[in-house]
Amino acid sequence: MTKPLRLPRVSRSWFHKILLAAPFLIANAHAATIPVAATDVAKDWDSLYWFLFYLSLFFFVGIVLAMIIFAVKYRKSANPKSSFIHGHAGLEIFWTVVPTILVLFIFWWGWNVYKEMIEPPRDAMEVHVIGKQWMWQFVYDNGNNSIGDLYVPLNKPVKLVMSSEDVIHSMFIPNFRVKSDVVPGMYTYVWFEAKIPGIHQIFCTEYCGTSHSGMLGRVIVLKPDQWKDWMLGKKIDVDSLPADPTYPGYRANRLGEGLPSAQASSNNGGQLSLAEKGKALISAKGCVACHTTDGSKLVGPSYKGIYGSNVKLADGSTVKVDDNYIRESIENPTAKIVEGFPPSMPPYKGLVSEEEITSIIQYIKSLK
Amino acid sequence: MSHANAEVVHGDNYINHSKGIKSWLLTLDHKRIGIMYLFTTLTMFLIGGIFALGIRLELFSPGMQFLKPDQYNRFFTYHGAIMVFMVIIPLIPAAIGNFVLPMMIGAKDVAFPRWNLFSYYVYITGIVVAVSTLFLKGVDTGWTFYTPYSIRSSSSATLVLLGAFIMGFSSILTGLNFIVTIHKLRAPGLTWDRLPLFLWAIYATSVIQILATPVLAITLLLALLERVLGIGIFDPKLGGDPVLFQHFFWFYSHPAVYIMILPAMGVISEVLPVFSRKPIFGYKMIAAATFGIALVSFLVWGHHLFVSGQSAFANFVFSLLTMFVAIPTGVKVFGWLGTLYKGSLRFNTPLLYAFGFLFVFTIGGLTGVMLATISVDVHLTDTYFVIAHFHYVMVGGSILAFLAGLHYWFPKFSGKMYSEGPAKVGAWFVMIGFNVTFFPQFILGVLGMPRRYADYLPQFTTLNRISTFGSWLLAIGFVTTAINLIYALKKGAKAGDNPWGALTLEWQTASPPPMENFNYDPVVKEDPYDYRGAKALMGSNV
Repeated sequence: MTKPLRLPRVSRSWFHKILLAAPFLIANAHAATIPVAATDVAKDWDSLYWFLFYLSLFFFVGIVLAMIIFAVKYRKSANPKSSFIHGHAGLEIFWTVVPTILVLFIFWWGWNVYKEMIEPPRDAMEVHVIGKQWMWQFVYDNGNNSIGDLYVPLNKPVKLVMSSEDVIHSMFIPNFRVKSDVVPGMYTYVWFEAKIPGIHQIFCTEYCGTSHSGMLGRVIVLKPDQWKDWMLGKKIDVDSLPADPTYPGYRANRLGEGLPSAQASSNNGGQLSLAEKGKALISAKGCVACHTTDGSKLVGPSYKGIYGSNVKLADGSTVKVDDNYIRESIENPTAKIVEGFPPSMPPYKGLVSEEEITSIIQYIKSLK
Repeated sequence: MSHANAEVVHGDNYINHSKGIKSWLLTLDHKRIGIMYLFTTLTMFLIGGIFALGIRLELFSPGMQFLKPDQYNRFFTYHGAIMVFMVIIPLIPAAIGNFVLPMMIGAKDVAFPRWNLFSYYVYITGIVVAVSTLFLKGVDTGWTFYTPYSIRSSSSATLVLLGAFIMGFSSILTGLNFIVTIHKLRAPGLTWDRLPLFLWAIYATSVIQILATPVLAITLLLALLERVLGIGIFDPKLGGDPVLFQHFFWFYSHPAVYIMILPAMGVISEVLPVFSRKPIFGYKMIAAATFGIALVSFLVWGHHLFVSGQSAFANFVFSLLTMFVAIPTGVKVFGWLGTLYKGSLRFNTPLLYAFGFLFVFTIGGLTGVMLATISVDVHLTDTYFVIAHFHYVMVGGSILAFLAGLHYWFPKFSGKMYSEGPAKVGAWFVMIGFNVTFFPQFILGVLGMPRRYADYLPQFTTLNRISTFGSWLLAIGFVTTAINLIYALKKGAKAGDNPWGALTLEWQTASPPPMENFNYDPVVKEDPYDYRGAKALMGSNV
């Protein structure tokens, strides 16, 4: 007589729980260690990356296990006499040939994903990108213009045509897995088709001097109706858009964040005073990459206490800092250079609205 | 490796042969020059390490802590330039190599002893010129000196370029000297297929030094001319091409990576057989792999330029060629593992470091394959992933192997034995501290944190803090190791001539060695790792 066949009892041991939770834990670990994939190319990149990750893990665990086993099994006290082994031709051929096949396969896969990265669809919309110490400027075919924020439509291919005004910069958008140096004297390109609306972080990834780590930016991915508004010149309330899924809580385009006195831009929406708007603007427009608000000297003069004071200019003359002087210094900065500072600020004429200039002046006034 | 069994005579040795600072500074003895290199490189390692601790301290939190951005930029530039040009490139070949190479082949000295001393002073001159900028305006270009930033930078970049240019000549002279020495001064019976693997590694390294360094010298000279005379070569404002500089620079600096790692591999190939009492697994394959790596190293520089604007075709070729680095590297790693198999492992400090080397070098190598994969590199390049990768190879590889070699040859250098306890404590701190410092940086890089950032997004804080904490463990490890070795120099017990029972020639003479290394004429009759029978049982300390 045979016993009735019984399935083994499912044990509720901790080991079992971990085993059941494993897929969930792995998915969480994946999500925590890689930026959100906001394009199809990024998703393909992720497949290749995780393949390489687990292949590497396999080899790593194998090698370390061998080390541990050998260390225990063949330690002097366990194995006082070594065996005389010179080598093994078969093994040596094996571990030459197998890695060769593997790396050729990896190369082929890597090249295929790369082709997707560098071949934009023919109908891609072009945006012109100018990198300069230490800001990103985006110029559109219809004359629209933006600093720090790259506005693009959702689900539409966009090709960035990039060049630099000074040294080499690099355009890096982690959520899109794209990166290219931005080189003076030549054009380089990246393209993407964003699938997630809202904000996506931009970093400069080629060292470019003092405020390299302040040369940040944001891609603002707009839904069709918002995109239409923006193209017509209407203002977009960026703070109401979804935050960057990889860096949540980091909503503002905080250029120059962390420099000695940089101010985080205000993002509480609602009603802001002119000075508060100005405070947000000098972050968003990149001013704080060069100008501090606490009196310390950076690339340009600090805003603190400058309003109403008399400053000496490079040509020896003196000028009183008033509304007109600040306006001129924003729109055409090289007209009157303060003594001891380089004439390196680009003109913002046409890049800031009347309202924005007024807000900035009010904010500078408030910095006593 | 057996030898004519002449009596080893003690008493007069290279340390007590003559006295006074002058007898050291003007010495032509390769052992003393090696010790001077060791002292100099370790001093520079201390300075470069202080900059590293400063970087990690600044990155403890987002925002600026105690440095201004311009100061931070100088910190990472000095850290990189000192560690690469003044520490890791000369560390194993010029310091350990100078001491050990002639002894390993049974020679009295290198082929050109005066040249040897001259190249030491060329190196010192380069250091003085480059480091003098610390007291001037400093330099903020990064150790890679990318144009046009380095052309326009208002810092003292000119002097650092000049310093690196000068140090290049030291590297070329030393390489040439070593090649001639290995060719002409080997003891009778020391045929090429009996050459210890450390010497194969030094040989391959020397070839790279001779062939690649002149390109760096020309590049730095061109950048100098551009800075000083305004001749347009790299700066587009003057009609130059900035990417050309990157090609020139990496044509040297990629092979230079192998100048840094091949000697480290050589040390590991010596330490593993001695402490497992077994021949190296696949001697010929490992020697061939050494040259395979050296050859491929000249053909892969373009993988540093995958996102530089270089053509897609060039990227295709360079990605494919870079993949081939993995194959000889794999041969070595598997060969080292094979050496441990059925050995009789003696876990003295050198073997402990060799295990640490295998652990971290495997990670460095595998992440290297990821970076060679062109599309994967696009996202990861210029982020902390790259920082972590090359520290796993340069620090985890070169420095751990150096520490293995330093403890292995310390009894030969000094005649004294260090104490194993504190040495192992130091080793564990170094190895754990290293991984705690640099492993989080892989994750930071994948998440997108760019390198050379004085400040970072708040999301990166936790991983940066773990990394900074690791840097303190690493520092404790180095300090413990240094104190232990200095104490051993002063108070250590006598080591005996061959405490590890090693078979290579440098152990078949007195410790410390006499002025001309051997007081008999060594003859080689066997392979360097032939641990059979009673030979496996030699050695008082293993």
